[in-house]
Order: sequence, then C-alpha cells, then structure tokens
Amino acid sequence: MNAPFIEQKARQTFAVVDCDIHPAHRTPGELLPYLEPRWREHYETHGVHVRQALPSALMYPRMMAGGMRADSLPEKGGPAGSDLDLLRKQHLDPVDVEFGLLMALSKGGMEERNPGLAAALSRATNDWQIDRWVREEPRLRAGIVVPQEFPEAAVAEIERCAGDRRYVQIMLSSRPSDPLGHRRYWPIYEAAERAGLPIGLHPVGYNGGHPSTGSGWPTFYLQEHYVFVACMEALASSLIIEGVFERFPKLKVVLVEGGFGWAPALAWRMDKHFEKFRKEVPHLKRRPSEYLREHIWWTTQPIEEPAQSRHIVEIIDWIGWDRLLYSSDYPHWDYDNPSFAFKFPMTEAQRRMIFRDNAMALYRLA
Amino acid sequence: MSRHVVCPAAELPPGARKVVLVDGREIGVFNVEGRLHALLNRCPHGGAAICAGVVTGLSQSSGPGDYRLERRGEFLRCPWHGWEFDMATGQSWCDPRRTKVRSFEVKLEAGSDLVMGPYVAERYPVTVEDAYIVVDL
Repeated sequence: MNAPFIEQKARQTFAVVDCDIHPAHRTPGELLPYLEPRWREHYETHGVHVRQALPSALMYPRMMAGGMRADSLPEKGGPAGSDLDLLRKQHLDPVDVEFGLLMALSKGGMEERNPGLAAALSRATNDWQIDRWVREEPRLRAGIVVPQEFPEAAVAEIERCAGDRRYVQIMLSSRPSDPLGHRRYWPIYEAAERAGLPIGLHPVGYNGGHPSTGSGWPTFYLQEHYVFVACMEALASSLIIEGVFERFPKLKVVLVEGGFGWAPALAWRMDKHFEKFRKEVPHLKRRPSEYLREHIWWTTQPIEEPAQSRHIVEIIDWIGWDRLLYSSDYPHWDYDNPSFAFKFPMTEAQRRMIFRDNAMALYRLA
Repeated sequence: MSRHVVCPAAELPPGARKVVLVDGREIGVFNVEGRLHALLNRCPHGGAAICAGVVTGLSQSSGPGDYRLERRGEFLRCPWHGWEFDMATGQSWCDPRRTKVRSFEVKLEAGSDLVMGPYVAERYPVTVEDAYIVVDL
C-alpha cells in the first residue's frame, strides 16, 4: 500500500479540544518500570486478575482490525495507539488539536480484583501517562485512573495526583461492581469535588462481571456497541437518584462515548414519576432533570447520525450547547473527524463551544 | 476531461493497488482480478483515506441462520467506520441514496496509442512497447 501523498488538513478555522484519545502500551511489559518492586514481581509471577477469563481478549470480535482504525497500526510495530509520532501525524497535527485528553483503559486497576495490585497498577498507569505521553507531547493531558472498587485507595491516588495540573479529570469505569451512585463510592466524589476535577465515565468491553445489559449478554457486537447507552443511562440515573449531586453540589460528571440522544427521554421519564415517589427519595430537593442538566456533560463520539439531521439539533437544544464536548476516540475504528462527522447545521458560536470552549472551561485547560 | 497515464500496467498486477497524485487529487487505482478501478482517496462519510481499506464482498442473508459472501472483490471497505462502496460505481452500500465515493474511468492502453493521442502523462515517460494504466478526470 502506498502512503497517501496529502495529509488531511483541518477544515475548521480554530483548534479543537479532543476529550477521548486512547494511549496503548507498546509491549505487554510496558508498565513494569512504573510498578514498585513488590508489585512488579507479583505482576510477572501472577499477571492481572480482572473480572474476565482472558484479560486481554475482546468478547465481541470487532469488524475492524481488533476494534482499531485499520490505518492506525504503527509501521515500527506495537498496537494502534502506542506510537506518539503516529498520533501526532494522523490526528493531533492534521486535525489541529490544541489539547487532547488521554483515556488510559488498559490494565489501569479499574477492574483489577486484587486490592493492592489495583492501587499499584493505577499509580503506574498515571505515572506512565505523564512520562510516556504528556511530558513528550505538551498538547496531551492525563486522566487519573483509580482503583475504583477500593475507594480508600482511590482517594489516596486522587490526592497523590491532583496537585499536578497535567491531570485534568478522574476516570471511572462504567462497569463498576455497584451502580456508581452507591454510597461506598462517595469518598471518590468527595475527593473529586475537593480537587476540583470532573469525573469521566468511559465504557469498557469486559466479558466478566455483570452482564452488559440488564437482561443478559448480547449476541452480536452491534448489540454490545449499543449497550454503552443502556449502561450510561443506568449510571446517570443512579448518580442522580441516590443523591450524589445533592451531597456534592460542585461535582461534574462527563459521560464519554455513551451517546447523548437518549438524555431527554431519561430525564422526562424520571421527572414524570418524581412527584409521586418523592417520599421514597426525600433527599432529592429538585427534579431529576435539573441534576442531569446541571452536573452532566457529554462527549460527542460516536455522533448520532439520524436521517433528518435537525433531530440532533433539537436534542442538543434541550441538553444545552454548553454541555457537549468533541471527542475523536482515536485510534478506535469509530473515530470521529471534526471536519466530517458532524452532519447537522451549527452556528459558528455553537461550533466553537462544542469543539473547544466547553472543554477549555470544564477542564480548566490552559 | 483530461486523461492521465498513472503507471505501466506491469506495476499494477492483479491484487495490487496504488495511490497516485493526479492533477492535485489523490486517487487510488486498484487491479482486482484484472478489473481496474479508480476512486478518490477520501471517504464521503467520515473523511478517511479510503483506499487503505480492505477489498471485500457483501455479506448477504435471506434470514436468520443464513449467511453468504457474495460479489467477492467488488467492494472497498473504509478503514475507519467500515462503510462499503461498490468499486465499479463508487456507490455506498450503507447509504446508497445519498453517498457515493467519486470514481473515475480507468483503463489499459497501449503505449503506441498514448504517444500519439492528446494525453497527459503523470510522472511516466511513455514508451511504445508497453501497456499503461490511464485515468480520466
């Protein structure tokens, strides 16, 4: 295959902030230098113990190159997303990314069952993000990976990293042991609010733990791709109804890669029954939709593509144009290029909000 | 319409492809089992350099449990979102009504015809003895 002669140029007239870029390990042992000796030995002897049979396996075969853009494999070897030069060449430079937020999904300790190893992997992953990516490429920003099933250790990790502005959010997996509104996770939200950092919820494709839908495991990958929506709905309603935002009024939550077209329907449904069930949830002082609109932000990828593009505009009008954040999902197969992916009309002001200004303000980027 | 010589035929055997710059445009030229196709290297759906995609067929089914791969080698699948395009027409199989990748006429011509005709040679000095692949823009 010949290399293309012309690199694609950005068509928008301003730089963008990309809220979802996935960095990958070049080799399976990439985290070892960042682990304390005790955990390095454990890792080499026993490996990791996430909630699935084969820790690196994808449950549903992806249609594209193991779930990656088929053109994103580095020539120098290693998996897609492991080569900073290629990230610059394929994405940061041609798309004109001013800031790119890393979402480190691999072996970060989010789903690790061994408490000590979960904390050690989270520390290693956070140091690795800075050392391998942010230090080398000042346009990138890290997200604090935490051992979320062990909130005390998660709080310690947030406090270790939070003073460093190169970390701009706290990452939680969208497949936790309990719905995220559960009180055992509240210390994490308290620490996030104290640190002034948003929580970013990103879907994961594990084949263990709870089934990815409320009625069992999907059969096809197309189903699994859609269940990110059901999963985010469950988490958003849990955070709202269990009172997290009442208890932590400054907490901000970003739903990454879960879509946003469903937001009005969820809010209408919760509001409809709220007055009748008020006695059950007296800790809620306002209608559920008000918490949703005040505390939740949404990334755009994979952008919905209805046949009538104005339908998206109506939904964004409801959610608020100040709540959407552009994301590419590089190097995954369903990558959204800012010049092509958005097929609905926007004013220049709306475009600036979605592609840049909302994220600059939310993450306090500078 | 202008005609452009892209390469000697021997440089593009069956199974090969080549992305060439013709008149400022990136065009992918494919030889699929002797059939020649030329497509603009830009996916009309998401903007990918589409000519890096896999050449494939269509998965067809008459109902649950039935599965056939038909029209092998006639479709190009975009390397990003997997949209499939009929290489002969550029028509999208995902949204045929609205989406089409720009395709160009491409054929094999004898060198003896080329040196006499009103052709624009791109990067190749044409000799009479060989056959060449020619794209119409």
